[in-house]
Amino acid sequence: MPLIEDYAPIIGQSVIDDIRLLSERLRGRTVKNVNSTAVGGGVAEILNRMVPLLRQMGIEASWDVIKGGDAFFAVTKKIHNALHGGAETLTAQDKEIFMETSRANIEAVDTGAEIMFIHDPQPMGLVAKKRDNKWIWRCHVDVSRPEPGTWDFLMGFIGGYDASVFSAPQFSRELPLRQFQITPSIDPLSDKNRDLEPERIASVMEKYSIPRDKPVVTQISRFDRLKDPLGVIEAWRLVKKYIDCRLVLAGGGAADDPEGMQVYAEVMERAKGDPDLHVLLMKQNDLEVNALQRGSDIIIQKSLKEGFGLTVSEALWKGKPVVASAVGGIPLQVTHKHSGLLCRSVEGAAFALKQLLNSPDYARTLGANGREHVRRNFLLTRHLKDYMLLFLALYHGEDLVNI
Amino acid sequence: MKEARGATAPFRFYTRLQMTELTGRRASNLQELTDTLRGISGSSIYHHTHRFLQQHQSLSPEPPNDFAYWIAGELGEEALAERLYSLDIMRFDSIRALREAIVATIEGYVRTNPLASLKFAAEGGEFHFLKSVSFIMPTRYEARDLREFADILSRITVDSIYYHVFESRLRLEKGKNDFSKWFEECLGDRELAALVERLDPYTQTLEDLRRNLLRGIERSL
Repeated sequence: MPLIEDYAPIIGQSVIDDIRLLSERLRGRTVKNVNSTAVGGGVAEILNRMVPLLRQMGIEASWDVIKGGDAFFAVTKKIHNALHGGAETLTAQDKEIFMETSRANIEAVDTGAEIMFIHDPQPMGLVAKKRDNKWIWRCHVDVSRPEPGTWDFLMGFIGGYDASVFSAPQFSRELPLRQFQITPSIDPLSDKNRDLEPERIASVMEKYSIPRDKPVVTQISRFDRLKDPLGVIEAWRLVKKYIDCRLVLAGGGAADDPEGMQVYAEVMERAKGDPDLHVLLMKQNDLEVNALQRGSDIIIQKSLKEGFGLTVSEALWKGKPVVASAVGGIPLQVTHKHSGLLCRSVEGAAFALKQLLNSPDYARTLGANGREHVRRNFLLTRHLKDYMLLFLALYHGEDLVNI
Repeated sequence: MKEARGATAPFRFYTRLQMTELTGRRASNLQELTDTLRGISGSSIYHHTHRFLQQHQSLSPEPPNDFAYWIAGELGEEALAERLYSLDIMRFDSIRALREAIVATIEGYVRTNPLASLKFAAEGGEFHFLKSVSFIMPTRYEARDLREFADILSRITVDSIYYHVFESRLRLEKGKNDFSKWFEECLGDRELAALVERLDPYTQTLEDLRRNLLRGIERSL
């Protein structure tokens, strides 16, 4: 696991000094993170890197994962879709399943830390056990237009928290508690993002039988309708009428996402018989994802909804030109025509792909700008600093705080 | 090397780390924008007139004004946006005065261009009011003369420069930036103080500002 000092060549020693200065104000505080999956998905990925760094900073950080059966995760998937604006609302039985699992987890999870840091809706119910400690709800999903019944159900829990955190301004609404904007981040030293030797990249492309005889366009995402893999295929087919290129759709499934295999089957059906379309159902393998991104010419992220869309920052960090939907936190990462191209439809995505494939110099400039933007705003060290500020904000209500 | 004149009191470098608080309030037309501007906290006005300077350091010089950016991009009122871009923030010594100027600029424009008030942002394109929460901390760096000052200035974070140049002058209402104050009051160098005051920090990146500050100091050494 990297040390904080290992980031100095990337972000500068003076930034590390400021982070250390800040950490002195929090030394010895206990912070417990709780989420619903230890592997797969952006939240687990960040916690895997963040918790050790917080501990290096002298904060007693820990991480627990709640337990739940298939029925519970089917309900939480429904909640996830409803928060993203899906029409389906929760039934009384769904709510009971949620509450029953929450009660079991209340028994099982130690909630005695000075700061309880709850991630996403699945463990929200734990707040019923709140004593005189501080509780934060960190919402990683796009809740700009939630299904009202589901939002009302969650409001029953939100009121118990001291602060909430969202990834983008459009997710906020007037709430009876403080709300902060903290964007997620990528770790430049992780296997998923560190520099790779060309041979390593070539061997992964070879392993998955992706010849680099023509440009490669790639979307890395789990198989989820909200990532619109079928829309990506449609856009790529529009491009392919004019420019010969390959498409790679690669991703795995998260332990808390029961819908993934169904979406994968639909994608396979649509891809059938096309030798230039590579659909890869991968086990968690960060180095291979890194190599696939680096081995691609363009990265696409054509999501219909996004909590943040960290795969965009991953691609930008590798200097790749990106075509991405203007949803969720993606516009925070991509400034249109400066650090990538934003799109809002299949046709728009196809047009942007053609622009980049036909203008490699332009594509390179966008990629370079994107990397610099990520270096300044979306690396783990900035995220670490924000979390420490958030913890301090729990004890200071004012806007200008002398510490 | 010439010996630098000692200061009557050392300069302690501070840094300030900022986080963004969401207010949940939004506007979809000019009327809603001005209504909210009148009542929202000064930390929100400050945020939307300074955020861009911090987050897009490679893009600057860019208009560091979210209101103007939104009015141009979402409402298509380029002429009003230009008036807001070009508001000379350096001439305001309080957020209150800046707020009044922004509101007056928008209202003045709507009076002569009433059709502008009929325009609405598309769904999802509303203006979201945020605010800056700043944590101010002393660093371990202290300068006792101008040479030490230059040496530290070349190494500290842009957050520290940002605090002494922007936040301290406008948000803490000290009237002028901390650097100029120290040059004048503790080093007796009015010329350097005036030179730094004339550097418009709103039209350069923070790294360019650092370079320009250092260039001015070198000439004074």
